[in-house]
Amino acid sequence: MSDDATGSATAERGLQGATTAVASFDETDAGLVRRIQAFLHDFPTIIPFIVLLIGAVIFSFAAPGKFLAPLNLSVVLQQVTIIAILGVAQTLVILTAGIDLSVGVIMILCTVVMGRTSVVFGVPVYIAFPLGLLAGTACGFVNGLIITRLKLPPFIVTLGTWSIFGALNVWYSQSETIRAQDMEQAAPFLQATGTLIKPFQTLQSLGLQLDFLRGWVLTWGSILMIAVAIVVWYVLSNTPFGRHVYAVGDDPDSARLAGISTNKTLLAVYSLAGLICAVAAWAFIGRIGGVSPQAGQTSNLDSITAVVIGGTSLFGGRGSIVGTVIGALIVGVFRNGLALSGLELLWQDFAVGVLIIVAVTIDQWIRKISA
Amino acid sequence: MGFSFLKTALVGAVVLGSMAASAALAQDVTVGLITKTETNPFFVKMREGAQAEAQKLGVKLITAAGKYDGDNDSQVAAIENLISAKAKGFAIVPSDSKAIVPTIQKARDAGLMVIDLDTPLDPMTAANATFATDNFKAGQLIGKWAAGTLGDKAKDAHIVYLDLATNQPTVDYLRHQGFNDGFGIKVANPTHYGDEKDPRICDYEISQGDQEKGRTAMENALQKCPNVNLVYTINEPAAAGAYEALKAVGKDDGSVMIVSIDGGCPGVKNVQAGVIGATSQQYPLKMASMAMDSIASGKLPDLDKNGYFDTGAQLVTAKPVDGVPSISVDEGLKLCWG
Repeated sequence: MSDDATGSATAERGLQGATTAVASFDETDAGLVRRIQAFLHDFPTIIPFIVLLIGAVIFSFAAPGKFLAPLNLSVVLQQVTIIAILGVAQTLVILTAGIDLSVGVIMILCTVVMGRTSVVFGVPVYIAFPLGLLAGTACGFVNGLIITRLKLPPFIVTLGTWSIFGALNVWYSQSETIRAQDMEQAAPFLQATGTLIKPFQTLQSLGLQLDFLRGWVLTWGSILMIAVAIVVWYVLSNTPFGRHVYAVGDDPDSARLAGISTNKTLLAVYSLAGLICAVAAWAFIGRIGGVSPQAGQTSNLDSITAVVIGGTSLFGGRGSIVGTVIGALIVGVFRNGLALSGLELLWQDFAVGVLIIVAVTIDQWIRKISA
Repeated sequence: MGFSFLKTALVGAVVLGSMAASAALAQDVTVGLITKTETNPFFVKMREGAQAEAQKLGVKLITAAGKYDGDNDSQVAAIENLISAKAKGFAIVPSDSKAIVPTIQKARDAGLMVIDLDTPLDPMTAANATFATDNFKAGQLIGKWAAGTLGDKAKDAHIVYLDLATNQPTVDYLRHQGFNDGFGIKVANPTHYGDEKDPRICDYEISQGDQEKGRTAMENALQKCPNVNLVYTINEPAAAGAYEALKAVGKDDGSVMIVSIDGGCPGVKNVQAGVIGATSQQYPLKMASMAMDSIASGKLPDLDKNGYFDTGAQLVTAKPVDGVPSISVDEGLKLCWG
């Protein structure tokens, strides 16, 4: 008895001092970390923005005089245009806790609908172009319809339609390439997104000499990308529909209880994503000058990469369009920078893979705050 | 439960089997064609050539393809299906020239004639015969043409290579090193490019044979080699993409020469338009129709000791060079595919 009592008393005495010390130390540390966590939870775009800056600094040293040249940075912007537009479509879908594996193939199908209808079948471009936009919207609508009516997971549905739209692409295109020169003759409007804008020269001809603009080159495609991003950003942050998109992705049951029609919202999201893919198709034609039904094989996964690196949560309800555009820029900057530094493509793939895993790890960590 | 499932499966197998038998009775000779993918115009044309020839010969053609370039599993399944279908033989464009060999052996053991097309097997003798373009020679032709066209300037050339893939598949290094050999660049390792020491080599980039990636590759190359005046491209989509990149910086003024390989119709039209200086044309329809003939008749053409038959490659250009055999753009357009 007395032995026991002494033993437990000793043990308690031993514990007392230790426990309090550890607890108080833990408290201050967690306070700082949690504050960072909370900050990132409120401003998720900060991390991709920092990564982009770090990347730019590294490559300005790794490829001195080349990476930071205005012409090269202009080129990077052109290189990410298509993935950024597809990324905007993908962001809408991922915000609803869905995923769209068919964005790349919808885009290629739309390039074929626009290009082949006008150049090969001779339909005027003012019909062929809206037809392409319609085709994209219809593809997205079909995705949304199957997801909401048959209650299937978006991953499965878009895996299926990826294959279906791909088959339609082969059927309608006959796997035939349309050359830039033929398109220039028949439907130059479709190439307009590839037209170069040189701000320095343009302003100079208007009598305005702005030297810091010297060497910069834009395409209408890049301007289109920025316009699409601004419109979708505005819709998401300033309209009831936008709030519904976030609500449906965050907690569909609560959203339904709050009176939001989740099915209508999802249908609208997938249709809008399809339309944006068709806009990406226009930018794609501008970039390669014509139509290549074989191209764009990896663009669906590239768009998901941009979204994830941009800080949008794959679990829905949290993320932003700005983040996605920055995410696309990060991938572009790393690929271009590593290439200019003389690294082989496989190391570019390696780096992009690391970026994805780091981005998702950070996202999981930030999510803990709400748990 | 287990038993009734087995019974259903057996009945199913018998029904399927009798269906296959009746199909075999209707057209007693079945031949197969297995390509890398369904979508590449090269394989689309190959399938069309095979279909036309099979119809002429009155044999039944079964076609199959992988889902993507490199998809070995789908090709294995396709061969197994052809063995089950009691095909007389088949032609295959292997996605993985080593991994497919044991399955091909299985088919040959079952009595099927196997003709390899376009991409040689490793070892080549694994097939009864190989009908393919000599890709090294195709590369040599454009290399010689580029050297001949540049003349004295060839010794100060700034060359950019837009290759296929980082793992350097056979077709990639054969075309690349063929070009080097033809142009007069000393080849260090004939089965691997990238370690040549010639100062005229400015940059290698990977295009994956894709038009958009070809443009991206050329844009990056231009940052490293602003003085480029010769671009070797693995195929014509990559060449078209490269041209768009050059055009964007005003280098579509004839200061940069692009050479390519394939001979597809869009590519030959690009030679006509001056986008591509010269291209080596290959003949997928010929490969496919010859294969159908050989399998149906059981007779092979004259082959070399490895079982290889060269289906030929011809240089298509609007500006012929002395000492380099070539055909005109008009002839190229008559023979083009895709």
